[in-house]
Amino acid sequence: MAELLALLLICAGLGFYLAGAIGLLRFPDLYTRLHALTKADNLGLGLLVAGVALLHGSMLLALKLLLVWLLVLAGSAASAHLIAQHALRRSREP
Amino acid sequence: MSGLFTWLPDLLLAAMLVGLGWATVSSTDLRRSVALFIAFGLLLSIAWARLRAPDLALAEAALGAGLSGALLLAALRDEPPAGAVPEGLPRWLRTLVDLLAASLALALAWVLWETLSEPAPARLGEAALSALERSGVSNPVTAVLLNYRAYDTLLELVVVLTAVLGVVTLGRERPGYRRAGPVLYSLVRWLVPLLILAAGYLLWIGAQAPGGAFQAGATLAAASVMLRLSGIDSAGLPNGLAGRLVLRVTLSAGVGLFLLVGLGVMGTGRGFLHYPPAWSGGLILLIETAATLAIAAALALAFRGGRPAGWEADDPDHSPRERRP
Repeated sequence: MAELLALLLICAGLGFYLAGAIGLLRFPDLYTRLHALTKADNLGLGLLVAGVALLHGSMLLALKLLLVWLLVLAGSAASAHLIAQHALRRSREP
Repeated sequence: MSGLFTWLPDLLLAAMLVGLGWATVSSTDLRRSVALFIAFGLLLSIAWARLRAPDLALAEAALGAGLSGALLLAALRDEPPAGAVPEGLPRWLRTLVDLLAASLALALAWVLWETLSEPAPARLGEAALSALERSGVSNPVTAVLLNYRAYDTLLELVVVLTAVLGVVTLGRERPGYRRAGPVLYSLVRWLVPLLILAAGYLLWIGAQAPGGAFQAGATLAAASVMLRLSGIDSAGLPNGLAGRLVLRVTLSAGVGLFLLVGLGVMGTGRGFLHYPPAWSGGLILLIETAATLAIAAALALAFRGGRPAGWEADDPDHSPRERRP
């Protein structure tokens, strides 16, 4: 039962990664691409982490993975903000 | 069926590595090359992890992809924006270099093939594991680096120190970065203490699990890079007249303490760097601590890109410089 749930979570996570990758390649400009990439990656990694933690079944590992996910969340949110801000500033200045 | 599922990702990883390597070298846009090189380093660290060499995977991710990437990006800032690859060398010379590199690669491939096809002789790994109890640490990689082949590591630290001396003689440091906005600032405020904590953990755990001075030093240097990028020009390195001495001592601490320990054990009638088994754990931790600080300071100074203000006694004092947008 737990394995099936883990499989579902991991597959859903991979789906988000796929959507993010397609968005990165297909969306028209930088802002929409950033949107696709960060949203999909954050949620995708979260689902993946939940699935792997469930599969492994150890509380300590789950906590470590949760910490990794939180760090990635903070990092990707901040870097997406910085990239978007840089692009916005550059498009305003000639 | 299960064989396919383990082989296919590895094959894909190898193919992506070769493809990324080729794209990095053949790209005419330096910016693109650097970005591809960072991606190459990250994939390479996954490859090391797949080969069950977690120590190397950590070092590759921290130094190969992370710090080298940051150094290359900082160097790119000096380039003119339309910086295509400069023409430089004449065509025949480039062809010659290509031929030499290709023959080197072929020779390496031949050596690898010969090594793999031979029956396994008495491997050094077994010898390393059998003497592990007397090495003072339980991580075989650290035992090799800091005990059995300590001489090699000492010389590696000399290389790092020489590189820093080169950086310092190149000229003044690059201009700093603009003050961070609220988002980056709050990220840095959280991340820098975490990175320092992680560096201490990597240094300590290196005795029994993957980790050690190089990984810890790179992590500490990453904290310094974060500080520098958020507009703190000193990047966490000591500044000013008193700081000058501290910085110099820190930079040479890795080599200096290693040499002192090596010569010190000679005083007890042993060979150079031949630690007494009862002390080796403590001595290794001492050397690794000094090496961590020295490597971190060296990498941080390299990211600053030259002699910091106030490095020489007669240097003009810290003067406000123009900041790049």
